[in-house]
Amino acid sequence: MTNDQRAVLQATGITKTFGSHAALKNVDIAFQAGEVHALLGENGAGKSTLIKILTGAYSLDQGTIRLDGEEVSFATPLQAQALGIGTVYQEVNLLPNMTVMDNLYIGRQPRRFGLVDRKRMEREARAVLSGYGLDIDVRADLSTFSVAVQQIVAIARAVALSGKVLILDEPTASLDAAEVEKLFDIVRRLKARGLAIVFITHFLDQVFALSDRVTVLRNGQLIGTRAISDINRTEVVKMMLGKDLALHHGEILAEESEVGETLVSLRDYGLKGRVEPINLDIHRGEVIGVAGLLGSGRTEMARLLFGIDTADSGRIAVDGRDATIRSPRDAVALGFGFCPEDRKLDGIFGDLSVRENIVMAMQARLGWFRALTRDEQMEIAGNYIEALDIRTASAELPVKLLSGGNQQKVILARWLATDPRFLILDEPTRGIDVGAHAEIVRVISRLREDGLALVVISSELDEVVSYSSRVVVMRDRAIAAELHGADINVARIVETIASHHAEAEQ
Amino acid sequence: MNARYRPLMATTLIFIVAYALCVSQYPGMWSTRVLGNFLTDNAFLGVAAVGATFVIISGGIDLSVGAVIGLTGVVTAILITRLGLHPLVVFPLVLALAALFGAVMGAVIHFLRVPPFIVTLAGMFLARGLASVLTQDSIPIDHEFYRTVSSLYIKLPGGGRLSAIGLTMLAVFAIFGLVAHKTRFGSYVYAIGGNPVSAALMGVPTGRTTVAIYALSSFLGGLSGIIYSLYTSAGYPLAAVGIELDSIAAVVIGGTLLTGGYGFIFGTLIGVMLQGLVQTFIVFDGTLSSWWTKIAIGFLLFMFILLQNLVFNRQNGPAHLRKGPA
Repeated sequence: MTNDQRAVLQATGITKTFGSHAALKNVDIAFQAGEVHALLGENGAGKSTLIKILTGAYSLDQGTIRLDGEEVSFATPLQAQALGIGTVYQEVNLLPNMTVMDNLYIGRQPRRFGLVDRKRMEREARAVLSGYGLDIDVRADLSTFSVAVQQIVAIARAVALSGKVLILDEPTASLDAAEVEKLFDIVRRLKARGLAIVFITHFLDQVFALSDRVTVLRNGQLIGTRAISDINRTEVVKMMLGKDLALHHGEILAEESEVGETLVSLRDYGLKGRVEPINLDIHRGEVIGVAGLLGSGRTEMARLLFGIDTADSGRIAVDGRDATIRSPRDAVALGFGFCPEDRKLDGIFGDLSVRENIVMAMQARLGWFRALTRDEQMEIAGNYIEALDIRTASAELPVKLLSGGNQQKVILARWLATDPRFLILDEPTRGIDVGAHAEIVRVISRLREDGLALVVISSELDEVVSYSSRVVVMRDRAIAAELHGADINVARIVETIASHHAEAEQ
Repeated sequence: MNARYRPLMATTLIFIVAYALCVSQYPGMWSTRVLGNFLTDNAFLGVAAVGATFVIISGGIDLSVGAVIGLTGVVTAILITRLGLHPLVVFPLVLALAALFGAVMGAVIHFLRVPPFIVTLAGMFLARGLASVLTQDSIPIDHEFYRTVSSLYIKLPGGGRLSAIGLTMLAVFAIFGLVAHKTRFGSYVYAIGGNPVSAALMGVPTGRTTVAIYALSSFLGGLSGIIYSLYTSAGYPLAAVGIELDSIAAVVIGGTLLTGGYGFIFGTLIGVMLQGLVQTFIVFDGTLSSWWTKIAIGFLLFMFILLQNLVFNRQNGPAHLRKGPA
């Protein structure tokens, strides 16, 4: 990128590596005064890493950051804040137990004779918030107000303290439409005051409603920065998912006619506020690919299927019989298995050995009193290490020492050991190296041939296309379309994901 | 009304009702004489409880207070009787030592990220052990100054006496009430108790504040030790065993949330007085075992924890299994 004269905050050649994983590779980005700049990318694209570097939460390995043309470096968020970069996070990082005015002024409360001058603080807080169209009792606890109000208080604080660059990290995630509109008004007003505003969101509609420019990251690399007037929604989706619409996958691996009888049947199955009612039949021997942007409800659907969240509407039938799934235990008892999106957080017990991780679910199913002997455990673990080609020096190695792809296979092995009928995989290839992708895809196809029913959620559309018998596209927390046969190609999927936004525009 | 005042109102109301019931049974309890004794007898507990209030509002706990009281008493007694120092020289010295002791605990808690429970438990053993090594026996303090102070009092209408140590306790409550509710330091304490990560991100000097909180708690423990030595005219290594737990009880009964973030210094005063009231009632009754005090306190404590659960958890909803949408 050329040296941008108007840039308030300019980052050049930003590189950040965690271990052997490059989170950001040579990223250039510039934010101008008086613009709203949307930052887009799927999970793991490097957005949050970039924001953490720009706000001083992470140090950078390479590259420079210039603020008003001067090179700066910050060791802590406080330094970045003092230099003019304020951040408002999705999870409001304020103090719910304190009053609104305390939250606005803590650390810099006006004082009189050494004591906090609460009268003056109240007056000033009122004045500041009325500038944001907020007329509330500033002496009340922050926790008594809605998230929207808390969000505005956080913005007011960030602007008052910093006042050059305001980073909004998914500020609208938990707001309703009217609140979003109010927030947008505020953002536009701040923009008019000459702040550079960085806007991170998963809602494309909001990007187009509010932003002047958009920058897309993917896999830690800068894909591009465009003026919003020069680009449409489909192009943005393509940039985010990295797909060329011309690309076609010729071979359709799975014929729908091959699938077996219905295993799981969902009728109006949903949870208010998370997933709109779903109608879906899942058969033995088929892989249902689930595509959709982040926040489209795909992970929520998986959580619902596995009983992590409990549905409040509709019915689920397994093998033709009505079933109730209120907890993962219920789901496991029905022969379900679930590999979650965030392996490290939700799936792997890093300090336990490969063997212990594999027998975990099986042991949980057997209960407390029928412990597997060590020999049995070795036998089971050995079988799966061989069957799934898990590369480990020994079954006794702590799982955290394995590569991402092999960790994923350990989780798969854990569920396979329970002899499941139905597996839900959420982003099975995320964060593992490219070579291992193909192997996971092979494993998925083999499990399908073995007669398992699988639901696989993935942002890797090429992979979805290659293993799915059917593809379900999710959008706005509902199933937007089901693609069959020849329709299963990357172009169709991208079109379907983006189409709603195009409709909304008209 | 702001929900945060509810536990405080409840405590105050319970105190008034309980006092009224006591008076209806023993009209003699309605006198400034009883009130004056109340303050004198509970002065050391009250002063220690003020420190505990700060610690608990910040989301921590201090188990070392009782031991600090014992150690200060013993050191004070030794310095006065064996070295012949004047109490007015000894007091600032032991207070500074106590504050230093607390500051070290605070530093370990913050910088080494050790849970306060463990650090102050270690502090408790250290202080109590040290006191017992210095002497096994009670050291009587027979000093002119002690006799003078012990006999100082303000006459209350109705024949009651507000002793010097009772007055000290009230002063401590007034001063530190102001510190908690009216200074930046006070707001930092609440901020850390609310959410230490947010507080740090918002520019609260969490390290300095944590060190200061534990230094303050031990400082007030030291003051409480001096008061105890004035009260008993002696220094005894096993003095005030378990006082840390009594003071935590007083703090919680006084409306402070044990998990931090909410609380009042004034509430702690009521909490201490409520404990004193139960003791006085038992003295008046004459037939009840003094252990009934503990039973009453246990019951009150249990009630208040339930009450706080109702007041605070209803706002937030159940916390388990909650996770934002991806």
